Amino acid sequence: MSLTPEQVRWVAHLARLELDDAEVQEMARQLSRVVEYVDQLGRVNTDGVEPLAHPLPVHNVFRADEPAPCLPVDAVLANAPDRQGDFYGVPAVLD
Amino acid sequence: MTDLSAAELLALLSRGETTAEAVTAAYLDAIRRREPLVRAFLSVDEAGALEQARSLDARRKKGEPLGPLAGVPVAVKDNLCTQGQRTTCASRILANFVPPYDAHVVTRLRQADAVLIGKTNLDEFAMGSSTENSAFQVTRNPWDRERIPGGSSGGSAAAVAAGLVPLALGSDTGGSVRQPAGLCGVVGLKPTYGRVSRWGLIAFGSSLDQVGTLSRDVADAALLLEVIAGHDPRDSTSVDQPVPAYRQTLEQPVAPLTVGVAREHFGEGLDPEVERAVREAIRVLQGLGATVREVSLPHSPFAVAAYYVVATAEASSNLARYDGVHYGRRAKDYDGLIDLYQKSRGEGFGKEVQRRVMLGTYALSSGYKDAYYLKAMQVRRLIKDDFDRAFAGCDVIAGPTSPTAAFRVGERSADPLAMYLSDVYTIGCNLAGLCGVSVPCGFTKAGLPVGLQLLAPPFAEDKLLRVARMHERATDWHRRRPAL
Repeated sequence: MSLTPEQVRWVAHLARLELDDAEVQEMARQLSRVVEYVDQLGRVNTDGVEPLAHPLPVHNVFRADEPAPCLPVDAVLANAPDRQGDFYGVPAVLD
Repeated sequence: MTDLSAAELLALLSRGETTAEAVTAAYLDAIRRREPLVRAFLSVDEAGALEQARSLDARRKKGEPLGPLAGVPVAVKDNLCTQGQRTTCASRILANFVPPYDAHVVTRLRQADAVLIGKTNLDEFAMGSSTENSAFQVTRNPWDRERIPGGSSGGSAAAVAAGLVPLALGSDTGGSVRQPAGLCGVVGLKPTYGRVSRWGLIAFGSSLDQVGTLSRDVADAALLLEVIAGHDPRDSTSVDQPVPAYRQTLEQPVAPLTVGVAREHFGEGLDPEVERAVREAIRVLQGLGATVREVSLPHSPFAVAAYYVVATAEASSNLARYDGVHYGRRAKDYDGLIDLYQKSRGEGFGKEVQRRVMLGTYALSSGYKDAYYLKAMQVRRLIKDDFDRAFAGCDVIAGPTSPTAAFRVGERSADPLAMYLSDVYTIGCNLAGLCGVSVPCGFTKAGLPVGLQLLAPPFAEDKLLRVARMHERATDWHRRRPAL
């Protein structure tokens, strides 16, 4: 199956990626080739096959719920592009 | 000194015939001379490495107990967090990221008294097979600088091959340790999923990612695996199983040994020179008493397709965290929060990362999830079942690591699918959660290394390494060095 530029724009929106028109065209062409290749999965009979999400037979891993030290706020916020006090700065979400 | 293995360096150090400072200085000198030709490193911590080496020498003088890598320089792929040292993932979006903590494997290296010498180049976010997707530089194959070193751990593989460091860590999601090891003529080990903690390894495909080792020989791979393997409560998928003393059993040949050979690993697209070298390696094992039998992996032709759905789906979710808010690069001009996300990610991610985030988002999107993601997970089960059946009749599966030797810089950049197909033989191991290793097994007429891939069932690293060592002892491919 091939992807149209409209589909690429929609997926880019879902993925929160800004693409210009030339990038949309190139992405549509390249992704279409990959998706056509991936479509060969349709030839495999998978009736009744349990999907394998994870290679290990681990299901749930519990640990003791004990308080432990966490990273200092300054260390964590040191990489923030816009630190405001002890918070991350973002543009207003609500008007 | 820069021709020695880590084990040989450790012997010299423990006999007092050299010092950690002298070893580190020798490698730093090699980096000064040869790194401009190879460009394997994104950062070299010259002062820190020398200081660490001197303090080790002082501790040795006082008779203090030292760790198993005391005084050995080690390079670390730049997708493993190093506290206080830039960790970029070779991405513009993390160009200035300084982690507030060490990856588990980095902590283990420090506890083992390794000398951390620098961070190596990679395909951005470990997505690629040539290291050309780095946002910062193209690493060259030390055997032919017109060619790529493989990827995504191309910096680590090239650094070991060029004698810039005796040991390096990489990560392997679909072959990213084994493929560059094969193309650079060094040993690359991908441990079983769960054998090594992924804590602090910047996530790409979380059900596939595993930290691996690059070294000149199999004994050094065993040594480094002993240091990094084992349970870590911070990674709930790291398995709580004792770590065998791999080095102790390494010289014991596996007997009887049955080597499985899959017809599917010798199919269309395999370079005849690569095939000849790999067939010869299998004959070497046969000459050592191994029984060779054909095994069948009927779903392996679908491995690349299944992988590029599963890995990209996981990547699209993992990379959602790069939002220009919490850390990493933020775009300068934006109009509102969504625009901030879109511009920061559009500017910050390179083309291959964008393609994979798009593919994964598409495969998970409403209306396509069943046809792609669910289907790929079902095919993944069939691929794992194939391996389970095959390993019921053999100890290891032997075949080529890659279908061709190193290709030219730029040769596959315009064709993502051609690039993806260079992982055709390595991907199954990750989908099924096996362990695997690539060892040098010959050269093409043009002088490019060829890798032999050996695969073994989960947690059979001891046997895997013993078989690799049997081959290594009978050959001398691992002793060849590129002329730089």
